[in-house]
Amino acid sequence: MKELLEGSLAVAEIVRLCKPGVISAYPITPQTHIVEELAQIVANGKLNAQFVNVESEHSAASTVLGSVACGVRSYTATSSQGLFLMAEVLYNIAGMRLPVIMTTAARAISAPINIWNDHQDVVSLRDSGWIQFHAEDIQEAVDLHLIAYRLGEDKSIMLPVMVCIDGFILTHGLETVNMPSQEEVDKFLPSYKAPYKLDVTNPLTLGPLVDPEFYTEARFALNETHKEALALIPKITVEFSKVFGRNYNGLIEGYQMKDAERVIVAMGSVCGTVKDVVDELRKKGKKVGLLKITSLRPFPASYIYEALKNIPKVAVIDRALSLGSFAPLAAEIKAVFFGRPKMPKTISSFVVGLGGRDITRESIKEIFRLLTGKEKQGEFIDLKPELLKESYE
Amino acid sequence: MSKTLFNSGHTACAGCGQSMAARLVIDAAGSNTIVANNTGCLEVFSTKYPETSWGVPFIHSLFENAAAVASGIESAVKYLGKGDEINIIAQAGDGGTADIGLQALSGMLERGHNILYVCYDNEAYMNTGVQRSGLTPFDTNTTTSPVGSASSGNLRPKKPMPEIANAHGIPYVATASAGLPLDLQRKVKKAISIKGPKYIQVHVPCPLGWRHETNLTINVAKLAVDTGLYPLIEYENGIISARRQITPKPVEEYLKVQGRFKHLLKNPEEIKKIQDIADNNIKKYGLKLEAS
Repeated sequence: MKELLEGSLAVAEIVRLCKPGVISAYPITPQTHIVEELAQIVANGKLNAQFVNVESEHSAASTVLGSVACGVRSYTATSSQGLFLMAEVLYNIAGMRLPVIMTTAARAISAPINIWNDHQDVVSLRDSGWIQFHAEDIQEAVDLHLIAYRLGEDKSIMLPVMVCIDGFILTHGLETVNMPSQEEVDKFLPSYKAPYKLDVTNPLTLGPLVDPEFYTEARFALNETHKEALALIPKITVEFSKVFGRNYNGLIEGYQMKDAERVIVAMGSVCGTVKDVVDELRKKGKKVGLLKITSLRPFPASYIYEALKNIPKVAVIDRALSLGSFAPLAAEIKAVFFGRPKMPKTISSFVVGLGGRDITRESIKEIFRLLTGKEKQGEFIDLKPELLKESYE
Repeated sequence: MSKTLFNSGHTACAGCGQSMAARLVIDAAGSNTIVANNTGCLEVFSTKYPETSWGVPFIHSLFENAAAVASGIESAVKYLGKGDEINIIAQAGDGGTADIGLQALSGMLERGHNILYVCYDNEAYMNTGVQRSGLTPFDTNTTTSPVGSASSGNLRPKKPMPEIANAHGIPYVATASAGLPLDLQRKVKKAISIKGPKYIQVHVPCPLGWRHETNLTINVAKLAVDTGLYPLIEYENGIISARRQITPKPVEEYLKVQGRFKHLLKNPEEIKKIQDIADNNIKKYGLKLEAS
């Protein structure tokens, strides 16, 4: 059914349809509308779940770790500092192979404190072992949650999945969303049957001490599973389109890539703006395109290689920094081409939209314009040089 | 063959009070129990992959989150409709309880989960090499509260964890001792018969950290009780319902068998301070056995 929904309410509704038995969260802007709505859904008896109001994000992540370890589908959501407070638990959840599903309302990191959108929080957690999806719009956010549960709980995967949706832009934005029915969801998403769990009839020890004799293999296996997820995601999205009629590749999406000479690579809601600019420039005969990264982890390197190998000029948009080094997504995109037979002539790197600074059509046009010149390295777009002149005196 | 849910063959030190208490606790709770354990000695010596001592479902996640993990387990068990059938125990050492895990524990107690929390109190961070914790007693020589010309050891008395737990308005709080096994098991059984959050703090000597002979674990534990330095108390619904009464022994008897207090033995002024702590406990909790 098509309805006009705020992003947070749409996410809460799809979570309801996925029927988690335990939900635990701690409030943080801009995640709050999601968990408030879920609390109301549970209070209204529309979802049979235990809603656990905890005293921190650390405990929210730990609570769903415990409930998923009992074989019960679970859900949490957070943002920014909350994600960082969860960080050690998140690595632990992935290492323990527990398919927790979490929405992250992507937001800037303090200091300075800033509640608005960029990708510093989620990108910083890229090595945690979680599968990490980035949604472009609210419809995709809804659909990625279904794909996340299906993928994470697959017996061959058993990994947690984070669905990143841009804070405010998607959490508080309104969009017409095609919300699936319970029947459709049930058809696509079977109930969770844990291959291992805390069960008094079959006592297992989870989370043991592992010494140098075994540790490497546990971590190797985790990494191998990410490769298996890379192969499984496109298969799951084929099934997804059969049930819901919407087509995703789940890893990357190309837009006007066929004859493109200049391509922007980006993640999240900015892709919508880039698409609009591509349409506008295409009308003027400019051969421009977009490559959207949906799955940051697993990182779809071979797909990216195929998509970009013949593109003369590539721009990578980062909405996060790796302070003291290359912008994180740009570094990974460049790594795709090292030692490979083909590569773009230039791969420029741009940093834009930090801490909620609007990325306008003009910002995107500026990036396309700069692509006609020399390769750029970590070039800030929309920087205000006058603000850098302040001194202590 | 005796049946236990905590099997031997683990790697605890000789004379480890925590391993004895952990076995007593889980055997009292029975096989219908799920255990969530903080990082610490107990988890390290009992779960070294690919072996485990545990005959019940057991999960270890991190240093400070057993109370939150157990909250998730309890919620899952409730969701599955088995809330009345399965006991859930969250357990940790003193540092994992009184310091780094205090927030998660407070949340668990406040939310009213049906969980028994057991703190194995060996009065310092033993797993990392005897550093002081919030439950290290006054004047104790540890590696981070060392004795020197300007210090006679740990500067502060023990954090009153049982009172802190009790202040959450939970139905049952008790202290126990590895030196009194039947008393400990009775308290565990009582705790799991009560619905809601419960807190038991067990005094568990650590021969390595306390520097006493490994064959003295039980005696040292008993001396802590008999001097009044480790009062054994039960609170039910906020009120003290039982106390173990003693004919108090002087604190020197407890201090002199442990290397961690050796520096005090020639310092009557410091011993007096520790005797005062014991005397205050005796008075505060009514521990003195009156002659009939």
